[in-house]
Amino acid sequence: MKKPEQELAEIKSMMERSTRFLSLSGLSGILTGTYALIGASLAYGWIYYPNSPIGPPSTDYNERLLHQVLITALIVMVLAISTAWIMSQNKSKKNAHAFLSSASKRFAQALFIPVLVGGIFCLALIMREQIEWLVPATLIFYGIGLVNASHFTLSDIKYLGYCQLFLGVISAFLPSLGLILWSIGFGVVHIIYGTMMYYKYEK
Amino acid sequence: MEGNYDKAFENVVRLRVMSILMVNEEYDFNSFKEMLDVTDGNLASHLKNLEKQEYIEVNKSFVGRKPLTTYTATKTGKKAFQDHLDFLENLINENKS
Repeated sequence: MKKPEQELAEIKSMMERSTRFLSLSGLSGILTGTYALIGASLAYGWIYYPNSPIGPPSTDYNERLLHQVLITALIVMVLAISTAWIMSQNKSKKNAHAFLSSASKRFAQALFIPVLVGGIFCLALIMREQIEWLVPATLIFYGIGLVNASHFTLSDIKYLGYCQLFLGVISAFLPSLGLILWSIGFGVVHIIYGTMMYYKYEK
Repeated sequence: MEGNYDKAFENVVRLRVMSILMVNEEYDFNSFKEMLDVTDGNLASHLKNLEKQEYIEVNKSFVGRKPLTTYTATKTGKKAFQDHLDFLENLINENKS
């Protein structure tokens, strides 16, 4: 018989490791980032072009433009979530793992409670026409969700969360950089993270 | 002394399997294999052993065309594991005092 301390440590480490959701695909991070960049470029085209994205908007604020941007953002989000879902499901299937395990449910719950609350909060911001707060709100709530979910998956995801939180806080102070910081957070950072995860765990 | 040293958990694979099933409602064969880094045959025989003692239950289904075998801990199994844990803890406490 092993030493009881060792045996307990063994049990503890097994319990911790086995409750993590490991089928997140790095490639889906890259795709998600790409959708976000495409969406942000469209928004830039509508709002600022031909001015720089920091400069004054080229068109006056109007409802139609707002709806256009919001619908684009919604489409990006739906595409991103379904891509991550489908690719993780495929990865589970390929390794013959159960996709809807208690680990994946815990992960989804930890991620989506802050994200869902954030979504409702953003809805309130839109209804009260506090549009410039959408950028910090989406980044911060998403960041909180990621840090929260990092206990239930590969813990690298917490750095992704810290990046979003950092960018979100900065964007709250610098509203004129909103679109740029949003593109960095949801676009560039996702792509970098996805690439790193792909090379670290899937290659 | 409280708790009970359970021979079933003397083997490290069975100990690990049971640890995993204490915190996961169910767990599938391939995930066990990856997590524990053991061969199919080795894992299967330990799972069979736990099943025979009625510590775990087997559930077979399909994902697409691949068979998916999942395991859950029974009440008896959880109780036995808890007793085993109590035994270990008491052992540690006794050694300290």
